[in-house]
Amino acid sequence: MVPKLMCDDDMVDIYSVPSGDKDSLKVTIKLSKEKIETINRICASFENNPEELINVLHETQNTLGYLPAEVQEIIAHNLKISSAHVYGVVTFYSYFTMVPKGDYPISVCMGTACYVRGAEKILEELKKELKIGIGETTPDQRFSISCLRCVGACGLAPVLMVGEKVYGSVSPDDVKKILNEYREDNEDCKCQQL
Amino acid sequence: MEMIELSIDNKLVSVQKGTTILKAARKVGIDIPTLCHMELHNMSIENKPGSCRVCVVEVDGRRNLAPACVTEVAPGMVVNTHTARVLNARKTIVELLISDHPYDCLVCAKSGNCELQSIAHKFGIRRIHFKGEKSTYRKDTSPSIIRDVDKCIMCRRCEMICNEVQTVGALSAVNRGFISVVAPAFEMDLEHSPCTYCGQCVSVCPTGALTEVDSTHKVLLSLMDKSKTVIVQTAPSVRAALGEEFGLPPGTLVTGKMVAALRRMGFDYVFDTDFAADLTIMEEGTELLGRLRAHLAGESNAKLPILTSCCPGWVNFLEYNFPDLLHIPSTAKSPQQMFGAIAKTYFADQIGVKRQDLVVVSMMPCLAKKYECQRDEFKVNGNPDVDFSMTTRELADFIKQSNIDFLNLPDEEFDNPLGESTGAGVIFGNTGGVIEAACRTAYELYTGKKLETIEFENLRGTEGIRSAKLDFDGLTLNIGIAHGLSNARRLLGDVRAGKSNYHAIEIMACTGGCIAGGGQPYHHGNSEILRKRRDAIYSEDKGKIIRKSHENPYILKLYKDFLGQACGHKSHELLHTVYHDKSNNEVTIHHD
Repeated sequence: MVPKLMCDDDMVDIYSVPSGDKDSLKVTIKLSKEKIETINRICASFENNPEELINVLHETQNTLGYLPAEVQEIIAHNLKISSAHVYGVVTFYSYFTMVPKGDYPISVCMGTACYVRGAEKILEELKKELKIGIGETTPDQRFSISCLRCVGACGLAPVLMVGEKVYGSVSPDDVKKILNEYREDNEDCKCQQL
Repeated sequence: MEMIELSIDNKLVSVQKGTTILKAARKVGIDIPTLCHMELHNMSIENKPGSCRVCVVEVDGRRNLAPACVTEVAPGMVVNTHTARVLNARKTIVELLISDHPYDCLVCAKSGNCELQSIAHKFGIRRIHFKGEKSTYRKDTSPSIIRDVDKCIMCRRCEMICNEVQTVGALSAVNRGFISVVAPAFEMDLEHSPCTYCGQCVSVCPTGALTEVDSTHKVLLSLMDKSKTVIVQTAPSVRAALGEEFGLPPGTLVTGKMVAALRRMGFDYVFDTDFAADLTIMEEGTELLGRLRAHLAGESNAKLPILTSCCPGWVNFLEYNFPDLLHIPSTAKSPQQMFGAIAKTYFADQIGVKRQDLVVVSMMPCLAKKYECQRDEFKVNGNPDVDFSMTTRELADFIKQSNIDFLNLPDEEFDNPLGESTGAGVIFGNTGGVIEAACRTAYELYTGKKLETIEFENLRGTEGIRSAKLDFDGLTLNIGIAHGLSNARRLLGDVRAGKSNYHAIEIMACTGGCIAGGGQPYHHGNSEILRKRRDAIYSEDKGKIIRKSHENPYILKLYKDFLGQACGHKSHELLHTVYHDKSNNEVTIHHD
């Protein structure tokens, strides 16, 4: 049940799921000391105040990139609230993610203007091209897809973003071309520009 | 206090400022239906998320309909609770709820007790006009509780009980919109969550989303197996509530009929958990006095306060949340487990039956007992001391399935030797009862004097945390009582911080004690039912000739013939247990 984890080298056992059934495996989740300290620091900067949960989650995600289960466990422990509560908040707001975003996070605008100008077709094309769904990341960690509402560029609808870069008047045919700009085998890869 | 006047269905009402329309209406006998709202008076339990919208009413001058459970009254307000607009809206709302609900009422465990079902019936809903996708989710089965979230209507009662009343924090609403569910963290199984199996979520769930694991069939198979001797024990709170399932008024004691029914169902011996409660008092009371004397003698390793350990929901809570205090509770097993341990040794020997051929069934007001009897420490070579634990509700259904005309049964007596009990054993069902029973015995053993008044009125009551000073012939004993796990958490927090001056503390997981346990007949938010059960327990105690555990002749015989002395070697082997640290989701960071 516990989501898959990204592993670091220097691990500390922080969480294990006891096994009721003797045949099933005991799952242990690990996190680096450095990350634990980072999370502790963020929580402390909000005085471990449970009412600051959303701010703590924001800052943690901005720092670590995502909010896997063990990170939520540490936040719950520091703020003295249940992990179920933290998980409830994380899953309620679409901004928070429990899977790491790709190196090039792609956001498709689903605001009214973009939607009527064919954003859905662009999204379909992206999903087909990358073989992942919304909120997912490619196995090579390069791309992830998410949807957002209006980036304030309705005149350029439909709009998609790769990182902070905005692409306007996108047609389904453009999708492959845009992706190619960021693919590993492309020498002119725009990664440095991001 | 400022009073507000308003009119509800043309009746003038005067209520305190801040009252909701729902409560104002109830004051004048208008019962506005609702599925999410629930309030238990005098217990600080209220759920009003305003989520089901079934309670909408029309307020003059207001454009939209108002949810009565969260709308406060205003001066001169004119409220109508049954206009055509209101009734249509209510019907539509319930239809929409049902449109995303399985249509399996015929085979649902909650059928007949389901609030959604009864509201659909009440509103005369004959057709669902909406068709569409239904939300689906995996079924989650733990040793005590089954979650079938497809039947959840997001009333959030379970979440409120689990977080606010119990502070267990196992459940939370997760995700949003159509896919939202109430689930443990990371949607893990209940079994891996901090759930204590107190079952309070089950007792407030309006639908079949949360129910208990049903052991009826397994017990039936044991009863049919000629090679097995099947014996049953019944907890004190069961007799005070079972009658409700047969239409008797709440608070009717049905001890004799219950015994008669169990005998007719085929149990070879019908015994009483109250006997084991008396035994618990002998062990726990002796342990209390031992620790107290050590404390008074200034021994540094004397551990006080001593905490009662009868409640398995509370024990689970302790093991999860206070692993540093595992040495504080009495090591005495709960009455259910003491009964099992004695039944499968002392009694099995008496009747010449091998352990594996003796099946022990218990009838309990509790869901955590189902988990408790499966714990490894209560097994010998894999054979559990108590084989099956059933709830009061399961027992009622079982009696009905056995074609027994319960109401016309004669009153019968428990069998001996494990059926004789004192009034002290009976009051275990109420908050304050275990410690009162312990004090009745501890007082006489400590002072060597007879109690003048058997009832310790200052230990009784419904306050979440109570304290009392008892005079033990010059020695003042400080007693603490907590029921509801949030209250237990507060007392435990004080103990942890070294701020507690109690000598003994009684804790029960459920608010009100076992009479309000997760396995009792559904109260549907009526706290009057709980009060009557409580009174019934005290009246059963009053009617007993022997009311102190250490005067139970069968208990004395058990010690003389088998156990030796209380807290002696054999007792420790059979009647005491150890607690385990279950806090393995606690973050421990080692900097080396």
